Amino acid sequence: MGHYFQPEIECASQEQIRAWQDERLVKTVKHVYDNVPYYRNLMDQKGVLPGDIKSVDDLHKLPFLTKDDLRDAYPYGLLAMPLTDCVRIQSTSGTTGRRVVAFYTQHDIDLWDECCARAIVAAGGTKDDVVHVSYGYGLFTGGPGLNGGSHKLGSLTLPMSSGNTERQIQFMCDLGSTILCCTPSYAAYLAETICEKGLRDKIKLKAGIFGAEAWSEEMRQDIQNKLGIKAYDIYGLTEISGPGVSFECSEQTGMHINEDHFIAEIIDPNTGKVLPEGEKGELVFTSITKEAFPLLRYRTRDICVLTRKKCSCGRTHIKMSKPMGRSDDMLIVKGVNVFPSQIETVLLNKGYPANYQIIVTRVNNSDKLDVQVEMTPEMFSDSLTQISEREKELVGALKAMLGIYANVQLVEPKSITRSEGKAVRIIDKRNLY
Amino acid sequence: MTVKQISVFVENKPGTLANVSKILCQNQIDIRALSISETRDFGILRIIVDDSYKTACVLKEAGYICSITPVLAVAIPDEPGSLFHILDILGQNNMNLEYTYAFITRRQDLAYMIIRVEENEKAAEILKKNGIQLVSQDELYLM
Repeated sequence: MGHYFQPEIECASQEQIRAWQDERLVKTVKHVYDNVPYYRNLMDQKGVLPGDIKSVDDLHKLPFLTKDDLRDAYPYGLLAMPLTDCVRIQSTSGTTGRRVVAFYTQHDIDLWDECCARAIVAAGGTKDDVVHVSYGYGLFTGGPGLNGGSHKLGSLTLPMSSGNTERQIQFMCDLGSTILCCTPSYAAYLAETICEKGLRDKIKLKAGIFGAEAWSEEMRQDIQNKLGIKAYDIYGLTEISGPGVSFECSEQTGMHINEDHFIAEIIDPNTGKVLPEGEKGELVFTSITKEAFPLLRYRTRDICVLTRKKCSCGRTHIKMSKPMGRSDDMLIVKGVNVFPSQIETVLLNKGYPANYQIIVTRVNNSDKLDVQVEMTPEMFSDSLTQISEREKELVGALKAMLGIYANVQLVEPKSITRSEGKAVRIIDKRNLY
Repeated sequence: MTVKQISVFVENKPGTLANVSKILCQNQIDIRALSISETRDFGILRIIVDDSYKTACVLKEAGYICSITPVLAVAIPDEPGSLFHILDILGQNNMNLEYTYAFITRRQDLAYMIIRVEENEKAAEILKKNGIQLVSQDELYLM
């Protein structure tokens, strides 16, 4: 049942998918070895030559890439094409404040758009739909990704970007948006506002494609009930391309990975050993069709499970579960990647002690980030104005580093919980996984 | 002539003030005057006590962050118009008040104001010139 954007690919036989992967992997490894000295060094260190990679069976011989590699190689170290052939840059936050930048040729953009178009069609989209994109536009891949997919499909695209809820809802009513693309928390917020305003009958939404952050099955039910739509998950990361690396179909039991472009592996995050299908571990991606920024064995740090069980939608590509956690300490707040180390860097730069605690909560379906910092004698002053000004300065510096607002709370010394002498840095009260 | 005020950083949550006063109680410290300025998350507790040094020591020992701030204490007649009188003098002389709070003692005819300005010496001089009585640390201890 159902519709496909590229049925011959999405419903291809296992043998066909495998044949594409074998051929494209060999080609990509050679391309990377020839053009990316950074990765060539990693391969040389491991004693692997492009000739050793003859098929997907040899994938495990290749070295991993991590976010630290992307940071070390910033900005051009992993670029595999001359800049003159690149047409786009997208970016995401890195571990210690240095951002990760990804490059795209026109060919890369076209393939990314195709992946997103597949996701929109899987959510019931056609060229007659009005696709309402409320992901942020700009360096963040959410907006550009779904925008591109919608164009590719030929749908009418509403590039709303995020924020300004009043206008979002007005356009939704006036222009008859049928498919909403945004973060699940924003979808829940929109749903609530629409219901409060009694506009449920005025909207024509039939489906939503929600990603860039973790969301629970309960949240899906809540959004579906409030808006009267089907809510689909979508997964992706800037390093690999952006949204559309995998997407949900009508079965809503996991996301099909676009295997003609990406090879997925599950590894033990501690040993790096590849785990058999069905076991829980860290998701690793190898992009096999990208020109400008092809990453081999990139560790996503997302913990999930892969399955090849036959899907009722007819698609044959492997399915991944919703991420069940992280193998590092990255948080996703309001769809934005936040590393505790970024916050620590800001605190130390501003003269605060590295004694802090990050508390993430979800209030009315919207993420809230609190940073508690212990007061020090040096920072203390008898003037409330002076303390408040310092606090404001810190809020500003955090905003500049993280890209989102963090509420700073100054607390009494030694009040931050320590377990066995070690401070608990992150308290995530959202129960996402 | 200034008096010593203890300023303590306290979180704005139930029980914090009680904790500070418990420490003062356990150490037999007598509070002469008290005031609090607060934001949503924290506040500054300002107290004038009979033994500033001991207070600062016991609070620091208990893990509190505090500082000793020199402030002005003035005695004014406990009658309508006397607060206006001193504030008017400061205003006329372009002295900006950071904060102020009042207390009374067993002496029924006088009220006391704690005044925090940026330039203590200058303010003290202006007040004295206008016949306002400044109170010394010793006088406060003996009240």
